[in-house]
Amino acid sequence: MSTLEIKDLQVSVETEDGPKEILKGVTLTINSGETHAIMGPNGSGKSTLAYSIAGHPKYSITGGTVTLDGEDVLEMSVDERAKAGLFLAMQYPVEVPGVSVANFLRTAKTALDGEAPKLRTWVKDVNGAMNKMHLDPSFSQRSVNEGFSGGEKKRHEIAQLDILDPAFALLDEIDSGLDIDALKVVSDGINDFRAREAKSVLLITHYTRILRYVKPDRVHVFVAGRIAESGGPELAEELEANGYEKYTTAGV
Amino acid sequence: MTAAVQEALELDKVESHLHPEGSFDVEAHEVPKGREEIWRFTPLKRLKGIHDSAPFADGATKVEVEAAAGVTVETVAADADVRGTSGLVPTDRVSARAWAASTGATVVRVPTDTVVEGATIIRHQGTGSETAGAGHAVIVAEKFAKATVVLVFEGSAVVADNIEIVVEDGADLTVVSVQDWADDAVHLSTQHAKVGRDATLKHVSVSFGGDVVRHDFSAEYAGPGGSVESLGLYFADEGQHIEHRLFVDHTAPKTKSNVVYKGALQGEKAHAVWIGNVLIRKEAEGIETYEENRNLILTDGAWADSVPNLEIETGEIEGAGHASAIGRFDDEQLFYLQSRGISETEAKRLVVHGFFNDLIRHIGVPELEEKLTSTVEAELAKNINTLITKDNA
Ligand SMILES: Nc1ncnc2c1ncn2[C@@H]1O[C@H](COP(=O)(O)OP(=O)(O)OP(=O)(O)O)[C@@H](O)[C@H]1O
Ligand SMILES: [Mg+2]
Repeated sequence: MSTLEIKDLQVSVETEDGPKEILKGVTLTINSGETHAIMGPNGSGKSTLAYSIAGHPKYSITGGTVTLDGEDVLEMSVDERAKAGLFLAMQYPVEVPGVSVANFLRTAKTALDGEAPKLRTWVKDVNGAMNKMHLDPSFSQRSVNEGFSGGEKKRHEIAQLDILDPAFALLDEIDSGLDIDALKVVSDGINDFRAREAKSVLLITHYTRILRYVKPDRVHVFVAGRIAESGGPELAEELEANGYEKYTTAGV
Repeated sequence: MTAAVQEALELDKVESHLHPEGSFDVEAHEVPKGREEIWRFTPLKRLKGIHDSAPFADGATKVEVEAAAGVTVETVAADADVRGTSGLVPTDRVSARAWAASTGATVVRVPTDTVVEGATIIRHQGTGSETAGAGHAVIVAEKFAKATVVLVFEGSAVVADNIEIVVEDGADLTVVSVQDWADDAVHLSTQHAKVGRDATLKHVSVSFGGDVVRHDFSAEYAGPGGSVESLGLYFADEGQHIEHRLFVDHTAPKTKSNVVYKGALQGEKAHAVWIGNVLIRKEAEGIETYEENRNLILTDGAWADSVPNLEIETGEIEGAGHASAIGRFDDEQLFYLQSRGISETEAKRLVVHGFFNDLIRHIGVPELEEKLTSTVEAELAKNINTLITKDNA
């Protein structure tokens, strides 16, 4: 079970000229097993929403609530949120020099499960996840994201999704920088995850392209720190045809 | 070409305050007061007088030798000819005093064409810090020899020493100096290498323990084509002063140097100093040099000084560069790791291991790798409380 409830979330960042409000009251409920897509123009606050849910220290929550199955997410530390079932695939995955992917994954899995993974199945699982994402097994020995191409970083995020198996996946522009083949590989990975029991996905994207492969239950248009409109999958098609213009001119 | 460079090209002798003319005469070196360029970072008050006139006596450390097959290790008298063959001439009072006071020298010799498996380990066990000891060692890799020599310093002691390294033509030598001293140790070491034609030296300095540890490593080239890799790893704890002064003197054409020092600092008044001097002489055409120092400050109250310095007397070089950084934990890295369920403390541990990992692997001495990784672990464990307290602050 994993129902994520975001109510009237307001978030600001510290800037040189003082705090700047970015999220201006976001309300959104994602029920267990649902996939929601958030679409919006550059700078509308999509990543801010994802980071705020995951607990990045840069963002201050100035109002509203976020709960996961009733538990107050905003009270939790970053790693506690992961342990509660949240996973954030980042728009720009971070490089961690000198820490091998293998070590990173094993440490994360151990932290999430409270015990070290069984050695025998573990290596197979990791190699399997890498394979599915068309990443050579040698990636396990490389430093986390260091020297990975943009597409490899994204595929590595989905390999982690597969291995760490959270309840709730926040995918921030997982499709950006992917060519069509890689997009299919990544979409297959997301769909494999969705096929598991009671998994929820919040898919943040700028383009409708990925929604051809990953079918959302709901689509939200995100503009200037708010949800401007919500609808079914047909809303994505409308955006594809007309763009964000209607919202940006009216909304701001 | 600037006028200054033009003028420098006219000079055979290099005038620079960073690498003065040396002398074996102790009295030619004034007692440092602390304002001198070469002493300005060193806490003289904590040197137990070895920079002044404190007496030296034998027996400050017990020495144990594990020689690899093919390597000879012997003790020779202070007046043996081998002393001085590296070209070491003391450039400060401590080095000059240690030279004058040492009653003998340990000579490690790798004969011509001998390729040695495994490391030769010379362990210095401190016997207490009441009296100071003066040490001298000469490590010689004869023509086309290949070997690894590890010097280990442990226990309590006050030591000033001169370590000479001679890498003859075509030889390939690795020298590792591990300062794993007890908390009260004082160690001032002057290490100088002469690198022959087409010879390779990898010099590694690893400093964990000790109250004051200052290592001056310098290298010069006896012919073209020589290569020096100078690596350093240090971990300064509360109150500790760890100082490294490097000087690569490119005295021959087509020579190479690559200096990489990395350190982590934690605790109140942990202080690390790194001075990286590289001189490219007029005759050193076609050389390549790079030096880098990175410091990771783990807690408040620790600080690092990092000063790279490049003096170039010829424009005809392949490449010269340097980098120096003093930083704290990267929030984005910690967030990324934590977002995968890893606790903040564990995330910091991973980042520190990562910071050192490449360097440790680069040292290329299997006997040491595990030990270094576990020592980094032990150092982190010491301060894990501080890291956690900071987390919750
Ligand atoms: N530290 C900061 N100082 C000032 N403005 C900031 C800061 N951090 C974020 N912002 C602003 O907040 C807004 C929202 O940024 P965010 O990254 O959430 O947008 P986004 O919708 O994810 O955009 P994109 O489609 O480009 O990924 C942007 O206008 C951005 O410039
Ligand atoms: Mg974004």
